[in-house]
Amino acid sequence: MAKVTIDGIEIEVEDGTTILQAARQIGGKVVPPAMCYYGPLKGSGGKCRVCLVKVTQGSARDTRPMPKLVASCITQVQDGMVVENSTNEDVLNARKSIVEMLLINHPLDCPVCDQAGECSLQDLSYEHGVSATRYEEERRTFNKVDLGPYIQLHMTRCILCYRCVYTADQLTPERVHGVLGRGDAAEIGTYIENMVDNEFSGNVIDVCPVGALTDKTWRFKNRVWFTKPLDAHRDCPTCSGKVTLWTRGEEVLRVTARKDQYNEVEEFICNTCRFDKKETSDWTIEGPRHIDSSSVISANHYELPVLNVPIVPNLPVSTKKNLPQE
Amino acid sequence: MGLKILTEHINIPGIETLEVYRKHGGYKSVEKALKTMSPDEVVEEVKTSGLRGRGGAGFPAGMKWSFLAKPEGVPRYLVCNADESEPGTFKDRWYMEKNPHGLIEGMITSSYALGANTSYIYIRGELMFVLRILEKAIAEAYAAGLLGKNILGSGYDLDLHVAPGGGAYICGEETALLESLEGKRGNPRNKPPFPAVKGLFQSPTVVNNVETISSVPWIVNNGGAEYAKVGIGRSTGTKLISASGNINNPGVYEIELGVPVEEFIYSDEYCGGIWKGRQLKAVVPGGSSVPILPANLILKTAEGENRLMTYESLSDGGFVSGSMMGSGAFIVFDDQQCIVRNTWNYSRFYHHESCGQCSPCREGTGWMEKVLHRIEHGHGHQQDIDLLVSVAKQIEGNTICPLGDAAAWPVAAAIRHFRDEFEWHIKHPKEATAPGAVYRGQLDTVTA
Repeated sequence: MAKVTIDGIEIEVEDGTTILQAARQIGGKVVPPAMCYYGPLKGSGGKCRVCLVKVTQGSARDTRPMPKLVASCITQVQDGMVVENSTNEDVLNARKSIVEMLLINHPLDCPVCDQAGECSLQDLSYEHGVSATRYEEERRTFNKVDLGPYIQLHMTRCILCYRCVYTADQLTPERVHGVLGRGDAAEIGTYIENMVDNEFSGNVIDVCPVGALTDKTWRFKNRVWFTKPLDAHRDCPTCSGKVTLWTRGEEVLRVTARKDQYNEVEEFICNTCRFDKKETSDWTIEGPRHIDSSSVISANHYELPVLNVPIVPNLPVSTKKNLPQE
Repeated sequence: MGLKILTEHINIPGIETLEVYRKHGGYKSVEKALKTMSPDEVVEEVKTSGLRGRGGAGFPAGMKWSFLAKPEGVPRYLVCNADESEPGTFKDRWYMEKNPHGLIEGMITSSYALGANTSYIYIRGELMFVLRILEKAIAEAYAAGLLGKNILGSGYDLDLHVAPGGGAYICGEETALLESLEGKRGNPRNKPPFPAVKGLFQSPTVVNNVETISSVPWIVNNGGAEYAKVGIGRSTGTKLISASGNINNPGVYEIELGVPVEEFIYSDEYCGGIWKGRQLKAVVPGGSSVPILPANLILKTAEGENRLMTYESLSDGGFVSGSMMGSGAFIVFDDQQCIVRNTWNYSRFYHHESCGQCSPCREGTGWMEKVLHRIEHGHGHQQDIDLLVSVAKQIEGNTICPLGDAAAWPVAAAIRHFRDEFEWHIKHPKEATAPGAVYRGQLDTVTA
């Protein structure tokens, strides 16, 4: 066991836990954001750099601070480690820089993007971004590509987190897509127009933090905050069959895996559940799904707000200021 | 003439053949090490010598070797980093081309010291002709029983392979090199674990530069203490310097560390002064990734002491008024050269070579290049200068590997020391973009 202090809060965690996981055990404001790290995927993380934190004391034995900011998602805790996240000015500045970098080539087409409302990049830029850009050069653009009948790749929005690459590696028998090119010309692609076609390919949509990989059966059907999430299950021979249905009235608009507050799926689901079972009669509905994320997705959900609690409980502070005071 | 450790026999005709090389004392260190020394004794000698990594970072080689994990039943590897791609650096290519057996001898002795039974030379893809020279030399060494099973009857086995890269700068970063050597995309790995614990094929690995490995035979033959006598302080031994730019005698020079920079530039033994009788404007002392220094700061430190060709002296004053030894690529600029254009050129290189894995480097290098391109072509704004400084600062230290730092430092340093020239470019776009236009302001603008 290792004792670690994050933003002044002490917690004891298993050896080998990363700083990010330790922070998630504490929860709340001390959790660094993560764009590329994805718990269920082995080897993910370390690429987007938004989870950088300051280690002011390496361990109880070696009390020196670490010279650079470290990526909390891949750095393991040591006994006696002291970490500063939201209390450190350098960390917040670095995070602001990274958000700026992620956004300079992002199209910012949230009004027409299907991911809007449940987009990690949107949440991140609300919390750490600035309202104006200093970038006046042309933005990088790509054409939209269909990866098979169900998935559309909109590379312009991609932040190259590599999550979909790890998903295909670890979930499917053969990976047909990967990162081509390098530097800012790097793109996700199948090289020669290949189809991503296997029973679990749809999971790349769930892991995508932005709107780069979208579900073609759901594209432009509705805005995510107008739909009602319901927990449901069916007896599926290939996967656990435990899903979230996104419905409007009687209509099932889309099916996704169940995600936790960090947008990480609880269990990956198969393509049959995701794309083919779009009738309520296909499913046994368990009840409403509570969406515990800071996105606007939870702004309009149908649970009646408890009195004296702000309507938007988890929105970042900067956004709260703009809301009418009661 | 200073002591020549690496280049003593390099101009002898036929030195690239085993016969001539052995006639001039070649492979003596292999015999000495394998027959009379234990591996740990070789490591101790290298530690005593104070030999520092010649690839750029200058980390003590003996220390690096002693960090190598030695778990039972797991193979260890030595990988020679011959992926020399830093703009301005050409010492390793020249050395391997001229004296391939020097490197192979170093590889055998070093592999023995580390207990590696398979070693690799990872060579840059563009250097196909050098690869053929090395392969020919390796075949000769195999035939002479210097490689393979039971080398010289000592019971030690070593297989040496040469692997070409695809010509990517990033594959010179040690973990990206290992990925590439494993046959994967050359993306740097997250550290820890360091290669000394989990490197090539998940086994403990040491990655060393060509020049570092080639210095080992001399150290084994003459003793580490003898090597430590050469040079000044913690900068021991000799170093190959690739001198290029506006000098009379560009080329590779082996210097004893500690030669004054002024002597190196102006003496006929080395660079032979600035060409066409022009004035010195600036020097990049260690390859494109290190900060550029204006004439007054490269010759003398901020305290007014003479600057020497050592790791410590070149980095005296930190990044405010100093630079770095780097890989020893000494690029000299005369007073007719445009710093803005040069900075843009470097920036273009890093934009092209960024692997695209982590966001600050992927997006930031492109951003800096585009802004510098605009300034160079007469479309800059005054606020662009501060923007560049800020973007460079945003990249520095926030990336997975040092390529981000390498991209940020030259831009930040050029603006630090030559801000006036950038401002002139922006204020007078017409004059600045005219053919042959040169900034005529004060040359030694120092804001430090």
